[in-house]
Amino acid sequence: MASQTHLQPTVPGTRRDFVWVALAAVVWLIAFNSLQAVADFITYRLLGLEPSNPLGSALNFFIYDVPKILLLLSGMVFLITLLRTFITPEQTRRWLGGKREGVGNLLAAGVGIVTPFCSCSAVPLFIGFVEAGLPMGVTFSYLVAAPLINEVALVMLFGMFGWQVAGLYLLSGMTIAILAGILIGRFGMERYIEPFVYQIKVGNKGQRVEDRMTWHERFEQAVVSTREIVGKVWLYVVLGIAIGAAIHGFVPDDFLAEALGKDSFWAVPAAVLMGVPLYSNAAGVIPVVSVLLDKGVALGTVLAFMMAVVGLSLPEIIILRRVMKPRLIAIFVGVVATGIILTGYLFNIIL
Amino acid sequence: MKGTLTVLNIKVLGAGCANCKRLEAETRAALDGAGIPYDLVKVTEYADIMAYGVMSTPALVINEKVVSSGRIPARSQIVKLANETESA
Repeated sequence: MASQTHLQPTVPGTRRDFVWVALAAVVWLIAFNSLQAVADFITYRLLGLEPSNPLGSALNFFIYDVPKILLLLSGMVFLITLLRTFITPEQTRRWLGGKREGVGNLLAAGVGIVTPFCSCSAVPLFIGFVEAGLPMGVTFSYLVAAPLINEVALVMLFGMFGWQVAGLYLLSGMTIAILAGILIGRFGMERYIEPFVYQIKVGNKGQRVEDRMTWHERFEQAVVSTREIVGKVWLYVVLGIAIGAAIHGFVPDDFLAEALGKDSFWAVPAAVLMGVPLYSNAAGVIPVVSVLLDKGVALGTVLAFMMAVVGLSLPEIIILRRVMKPRLIAIFVGVVATGIILTGYLFNIIL
Repeated sequence: MKGTLTVLNIKVLGAGCANCKRLEAETRAALDGAGIPYDLVKVTEYADIMAYGVMSTPALVINEKVVSSGRIPARSQIVKLANETESA
């Protein structure tokens, strides 16, 4: 009976799903395009505040930015989680198997962008990759890219600062992931992996009955995941924007420019050192990024800070400690942090 | 598993992060809601998890079949997966 329902996809239901998604998209677009008008109306008309008034400007920024970022976030997370129902790590592993160094690193970094892992998946993923005989370097390219190039951060940078900044972030993240992977691959780090990793056998107990999701299930999954992710981060977003709005309205424009501007040599390493222990999801860090850029901190420094926050995190390091010896962890963090610092300097010099 | 056919054998695979706990809670809520009897075990050892060929947690196993991994299915889907596995 179950197999019969599988053979006959419920077409009307699927069509209704697509209609709903299209409707939601239209509502989303209308809402997104009327944000500034609504914010202006509330602050300047309804509350009668002047745009020159710091409170008015801060409030306007807040009322405009909160729904804007939440809308961007929901829309993009929906699309990405939908895309993710098509890609599983098990497929990725098959995909990456037998690729040469370089090509393999590039592919691994690329796949890392769309399939980030929940930090608790890092260990099974790592074991799975090692077991499949993937070169150490390719595995590391993936491990670096997955958190470093955060798709939410990418989309939000695109929405807030344009494609140039988003592109810079994407390209430099890819470059760091590929080069870090190749470098770590050359070090011959196999002996710094905990021996139990090699003893675990990846089985195929309970052959999978998954991988045959209908469109209805995919949409449903995307809605559930979106609600979950947005539900988890919205408070950080609001808090971040509130802080941003306060600075936007009250702190003079070039307050930070002098201390953390282009010419400050120590700003980049300091930003990375501060960013590594800080753990935040990408959504929480973007408002801070927006404020720093707004107040004259150099772009390279800001990107370095952001990458350090999302790309290297204490919880991830603690979890990876299960499979890697301290030496390998140190090299992993060191190589990635160095890559981020160099990227920061590079952008500060060329821009 | 003869004789226990009416009771679903559920396993939640995951080292114990927030997502794994949520999958367990959602599964219990879904099956309780549908009135499906089940027996739920949490599998937290990596070696045991990997034996199922699962690389992304949390994963849901019903009657020794991996039905989802790396995500938390909607409750309606958990019920559907349970019914499918039962009748299969």
